[in-house]
Amino acid sequence: MSLRNVGIVYRKELTEWLRDRRTLISTVLVPLLAFPVLMVGMTSLMAVMMSKAEKEVPKVMVIHGENSTELVAALHASKDLEIVPYADDWKEQISNKQIRAAVEIPSGFDASLNGKSPLTVEIHYYQGEVKSEYGAGHVEDSLKAYRDEFVKKILEAKNLPDSLISPFLLERNNVAPPEKVSGAALGGLLGYMVILLSMTGAIYPAIDLTAGEKERGTMETILSSPLSRVDLVLGKFFLVLSASLSTAILSIISMGTSFYLVGNSGAMAKKDAAVFQLHIGLPTVLSVFLMALPLAVLFAAALLTIALFAKSYKEAQSYLTPMTFIVVIPAVASLLPGFDLTPKLALIPILSTSLVCKEIVAGTFHWNYILLILLSSSVYATAALFIAVKMFQRESVLFRS
Amino acid sequence: MIEARGLSKRFQDKKRGEIRAVENVSFTCQPGKIYGLLGANGAGKTTTLRMLATILEPTDGTAVICGHDVVEEPEKVRANVGFLSTATALYPRLTAQELVEYFGRLNSLDEATLKKRVDDLFNRLDMNGFRDRRCDKLSTGMKQKTSIARTLVHDPPVMIFDEPTLGLDVMTARTITAFIRECRNNGKTVIFSTHVMSEVEKLCDTIGIIQSGKLLAEGTLAQLRQKYSENDLEEIFVKVVAPHYVPAEAH
Repeated sequence: MSLRNVGIVYRKELTEWLRDRRTLISTVLVPLLAFPVLMVGMTSLMAVMMSKAEKEVPKVMVIHGENSTELVAALHASKDLEIVPYADDWKEQISNKQIRAAVEIPSGFDASLNGKSPLTVEIHYYQGEVKSEYGAGHVEDSLKAYRDEFVKKILEAKNLPDSLISPFLLERNNVAPPEKVSGAALGGLLGYMVILLSMTGAIYPAIDLTAGEKERGTMETILSSPLSRVDLVLGKFFLVLSASLSTAILSIISMGTSFYLVGNSGAMAKKDAAVFQLHIGLPTVLSVFLMALPLAVLFAAALLTIALFAKSYKEAQSYLTPMTFIVVIPAVASLLPGFDLTPKLALIPILSTSLVCKEIVAGTFHWNYILLILLSSSVYATAALFIAVKMFQRESVLFRS
Repeated sequence: MIEARGLSKRFQDKKRGEIRAVENVSFTCQPGKIYGLLGANGAGKTTTLRMLATILEPTDGTAVICGHDVVEEPEKVRANVGFLSTATALYPRLTAQELVEYFGRLNSLDEATLKKRVDDLFNRLDMNGFRDRRCDKLSTGMKQKTSIARTLVHDPPVMIFDEPTLGLDVMTARTITAFIRECRNNGKTVIFSTHVMSEVEKLCDTIGIIQSGKLLAEGTLAQLRQKYSENDLEEIFVKVVAPHYVPAEAH
């Protein structure tokens, strides 16, 4: 192996890479712009939609209003509701978003108020539809107000104080430090993003430097030079690794900026915005990158090897696209609540790194796991690099036709 | 000098089983001479030359180029060889100069020697007008000149050309044949493969006729004419090859 030759190959590949417009788009522009556009755009849109839904006076239908004229009158009196006449197709009307909710009053409702076993007033709505959810919320508030008013009247009749409606109050207080709160919400996400992006950042250069060379006919040109195949594959590998890491770094910068913008834009309610307030310091981000480094090596080497098998750019793309799923599935699994590190899981690449990154961002450093994961993923990375070097020495792969 | 000693290459194919692309081929090419490897498509020319250039490893036999064994010292062999074929394309996003410099560096030239060599080549081949133009923006003729400069940058004593004029127009092809002659005049050992009879007649000192991976006849044009009692090279070729001929599609 000659470091000089590895450097020559690397510099040449870098020059070509930087001159490729597709590279600029996939490695620089997309990661830099995707997050701000997605995050700021989505949250602004959400905020607008939420406030619209909140301000709307929902149309509500009453089913079996004859069971309680008083309750119906109370609903009519509410400024937050618009009661529309009953129609048999109320279910369709909710589904078609013509009305937001329907209240069904059970028979014998008024009689049940006088101490007999309580009956259930049902609120029918469209789950997951924001305006219907808000509408149902307004209906519930009106019904609760009616119930409180009813109890209040009974208490007054018996000369008892109103406070008996709520004999004590409840309040939840968070005692976890801010970094742990944001860590729980975003910790998995940071590791997941670094892992996923270091993979996607490597795909295009890995194809370009192998199947792309075959397709362009430059593979034979370079193989006829005195360069050893080990130096050739290492030069290419370092370029793919650089691309992979730079995509991840640019994406994280972009993600951090986006979170900062969203958290401070005032577009969201304070308690929601708090989730986006990142309390992740530089040492944490660097730790996540350190953990992801062996994975980036693994991806770069594995993608180079797989793409080298392909005869053409298109064939390589069809091989590498499913790889995204192989990475996404364990990375997503790590985001599931209650999925924690065990010694066995620490040996599974991608999943283990994603899990440990979640812990690191939340401020917990399990050194035994960190070392085990670094060691295991380094072993996988070395093996992948070794296979890549071997593949570059196989004529059946280089000249596959 | 090139000395091929019983060169053989077999490939494994899932459908067709073992393919004997080259079988026990031996020949010698002398410095200052051009050896022409004449054969139909699929005869084994490219595989033979790729083994000489150490791009492929022989299954059996070997070749010695400038004292280096192609199996034992492939990198040293490549340092002594300039390899040009229609399959050796240029890096599209490098300029002509960057490309030639890249191969100069890979051939261990120091920066001062490299600069001098590149300037000489670009002057000699009249390439200064496009030295900073990217290879994907070059005309076919410019690309061929750049390829020639790429093979010559380390001034190798041995030149291997694999069907170098395939698919080129007459004018560009003439640049190549002129270059091959110049290599011989400069004392280099030259081997080139083709299926164009006129090129062989014009250029070659020794001719080897290859078919089905076997070297069936070898000699100077005069020797072949005498041996096969034919004046026309095409007729000689048909006489030699016909008994062994299998169409390329059948391979």
